[in-house]
Amino acid sequence: MNRPLIPDPGRRRFLIAAGAAGAAFGFAAAAEAAVSLGPYSGAAAFEPSLWYAIDAQGIVTVNVVRAEMGQHVGTALARIVADELEADWDKVRIVHVDTDPKWGLMVTGGSWSVWQSYPFLSQAGAAGRIALIEAGAKILGVPASSCIARKGAVLAGKRSVSYGDIVAKGGLRTGFTDKELAALPIKPAAERRLIGGEFQARDIPAKTNGSAMFGIDAKIAGMVYARPVLPPTRNESKVVSVDESGAKGVPGYRGHLVLDDPSGTVPGWVLALGDSFVAADRAVRALKVTWENGPTAKVSDADLEARARTLIADAGAGSLVVNDPGVEAAFAAAKSKIEAEYATDAALHFQMEPLNALAFERNGVFEIHTGNQWQSLILPTLAKALGRPEASIVLKTYLLGGGFGRRLNGDYAVPAALAAKALGKPVKLVFTREDDTLFDSFRSPSVQRVRMAFGEGGRVTAMDHAAAAGWPTEVMAPFFMPKGANDRPFDPFAINGANHWYNVGAHRVRALSNDLANRAFRPGWLRSVGPGWTNWAVESAMDEAAHATGQDPLAFRLKMLDGAGRNAGSAPNAVGGARRQAAVLSRVAKAAGWGGKLPADVGLGLATTFGQERDMPTWTACAARVRVDRRTGEVKVEKLHIVVDAGAIIHPDGARAQMEGAALWGLSLALHEGATFRDGRIQETNLGAYTPLRMSDVPDLAIDFVDSDHAPVGLGEPATTVVAPAIGNAIFNAVGARVRRLPIRPDAVLAALKTA
Amino acid sequence: MAKFRVNGRQVEASGPGDAPLLWVLRDELGLTGTKFGCGVGQCGACTVHVDGQAIRSCLTPVSAVEGLSVTTIEGLGAGGVHPVQAAWVEAQAPQCGYCQSGQIMQAAALLSANPNPTDAEIEAAMDGNLCRCMAYVRIRKAVKLAARKGARGGPARKAEVRS
Repeated sequence: MNRPLIPDPGRRRFLIAAGAAGAAFGFAAAAEAAVSLGPYSGAAAFEPSLWYAIDAQGIVTVNVVRAEMGQHVGTALARIVADELEADWDKVRIVHVDTDPKWGLMVTGGSWSVWQSYPFLSQAGAAGRIALIEAGAKILGVPASSCIARKGAVLAGKRSVSYGDIVAKGGLRTGFTDKELAALPIKPAAERRLIGGEFQARDIPAKTNGSAMFGIDAKIAGMVYARPVLPPTRNESKVVSVDESGAKGVPGYRGHLVLDDPSGTVPGWVLALGDSFVAADRAVRALKVTWENGPTAKVSDADLEARARTLIADAGAGSLVVNDPGVEAAFAAAKSKIEAEYATDAALHFQMEPLNALAFERNGVFEIHTGNQWQSLILPTLAKALGRPEASIVLKTYLLGGGFGRRLNGDYAVPAALAAKALGKPVKLVFTREDDTLFDSFRSPSVQRVRMAFGEGGRVTAMDHAAAAGWPTEVMAPFFMPKGANDRPFDPFAINGANHWYNVGAHRVRALSNDLANRAFRPGWLRSVGPGWTNWAVESAMDEAAHATGQDPLAFRLKMLDGAGRNAGSAPNAVGGARRQAAVLSRVAKAAGWGGKLPADVGLGLATTFGQERDMPTWTACAARVRVDRRTGEVKVEKLHIVVDAGAIIHPDGARAQMEGAALWGLSLALHEGATFRDGRIQETNLGAYTPLRMSDVPDLAIDFVDSDHAPVGLGEPATTVVAPAIGNAIFNAVGARVRRLPIRPDAVLAALKTA
Repeated sequence: MAKFRVNGRQVEASGPGDAPLLWVLRDELGLTGTKFGCGVGQCGACTVHVDGQAIRSCLTPVSAVEGLSVTTIEGLGAGGVHPVQAAWVEAQAPQCGYCQSGQIMQAAALLSANPNPTDAEIEAAMDGNLCRCMAYVRIRKAVKLAARKGARGGPARKAEVRS
């Protein structure tokens, strides 16, 4: 499997060293950041690395480049620094920083934050601890070797000096070479004092009293409000004319703009302007815009599926992500075979905070105030749109009223910036819910075909998996695409999951970009990305294979999770390989009572995945217990058991919250959420038509973490990947009906019952 | 030109009487704790109290609260932390937090009317409040915690914030 997906950790190490010699810019900027949690003294500071500063009052300001969108990421990352630094947690301040090239790649997604940050933040914390112990020892007049650091102070026997006093005295060592950093003594697990254990998230109190600042809350004097008038298609529409006669009577109407966008991000856009959001909103309804429709104005789901099937049927199409020799020979020699098609409908982000951005120029810098998950991706686009260098644009990242991948794509910042430039005034662009949905870069519908060949005793001898969908990474970040065995690029976020850890003999995975989808809308990354739907095929097919060959689905999987060959795993992220996946699967089956007796029409179903990426496996398994109503086809999920092995856990309560939310996302995508693409756009534009899970739909949840000291991996998404196939398999076990499309609708269950 | 009280303060809206209360609160009065989610009264992010009743401010014209008393999340604790807010922190309920003002206002109204709700009553009262992070397990836990601690009309108390 190719692996260009993550920022180069070497670059991070360089930045630690470079930051050590750097000036206090980070500190000054941090004082103005949109989101900061904790005390601020304004005193001069010691910056042993780019990632944090300690001031003369002993306050440790941790610079967090990740966006806060519900994962309490600032708390988790600051705990990592503070643990190695031996800081006093009550004196730790968290700052979600503005964009600056010095931070390197700024992205919050992929369940990467803790996994990627843990090594270098630990090192940075250790560097500060060592520098403080050296300086503290001098003040105390003892050798450094007789000192330890605890809770923000250096101790030598009964004498101590606080970090603040050491910083006030000055003369601390700030330079560490890469080699020195790499050799720093990171504490053993038994010495961790702030990682693990019970503590509260720093961002939560402000989220209970109305003081938390989200992007939509950003304001500046003199700003003009704007709401978009969206064109009929996401791409390729052109404005022919605008009739504003009706809007002129709207109180507070301030005119409209037809956007001229050199970056090509928002073709065919018109903005209605007003002196309040209400005025802009009402003006949109009164404006009459005529467009020349894009060529995709008549595209519907059936066209997208037909294109996907054509691509799948063409053996020469696509990128070969896994390409073992002997696949066709194994099928030719097989004792038996199965083949099945799995599909998923479009799924919306529907984050609660509708898209918005505030843009204006101040002191020669263009400022964008918004919530965003991938600042480094949208900055070059903003530079192109505004016709100015990236260096004179800054994104200030507010709290995100939900990310779920929608705000990885920062396209919504572009129209605000264009309007602010055109007007020479601050522009506050706010989408309505319907605007947000129509402009969503939703999860593409998908079609997958899985074939499996069996030899003696039902042993799997080959697996051939082809998956076709719109490719978000091709459309928005093609530089992030690795190449397959046939030298063609593929979107890892539209195929990960298919490259599983089962030993299936000769394995082939073919990733297919649905070009019609890429043109008709802007496919997006949605929570759990590829593994959120590829595993619908993999894990449904595993059960179908077990049943077809008369084997128990648990035993069948465990036999293939043998950790042999390329599935042996490797240090540091995948120690133990597939055997750790087998362990979580065994444990969840036992917890759920697999093999026990169940009432009529009640079934238990299993599914297991490696989470998001082979390079960062989060071993995850689910057992779903469902009750199926044979008369209506309705499926009630009674209980979800989930076991996860994510290595060491930094913030246990936060980790559990992520598992709970991600599991319920999986349930919502399995039973409650599916959107229709018809006539070039999504049809379900608001609640009522689109129906995410509500409190009354929540089943019993039993979530267990494996105790582990292995490298910490991601937790924001993996639980989403296992739930739908576990439910599908449970439905089959309950009533013998095999469903192969997400979401699972009662009609599909009834239809499958007829052929059961 | 609707006149009404917000969090104990007399105010006057300058815009049209049919403007939604939500936008008057947010844009005119600077009370941005109340959130815009769907605009059609189906997500609950905009929930505030009008004379103690939970209402959806996105669908309520400001003229409808003429002479009435509006409480927003900013005014719920009246100088302290409301027991429901304290329970929300103790249960570590919020994830992104965007829906939580509405969830808390909805829960406070529920507990004021029904201090010891059953699970079914909690679901019935809270089902109109969407949480896209799906933090429902903890929201339910927080409602029960608040009920146990006697959220109804209890004096505002200091939150226990362990960190």
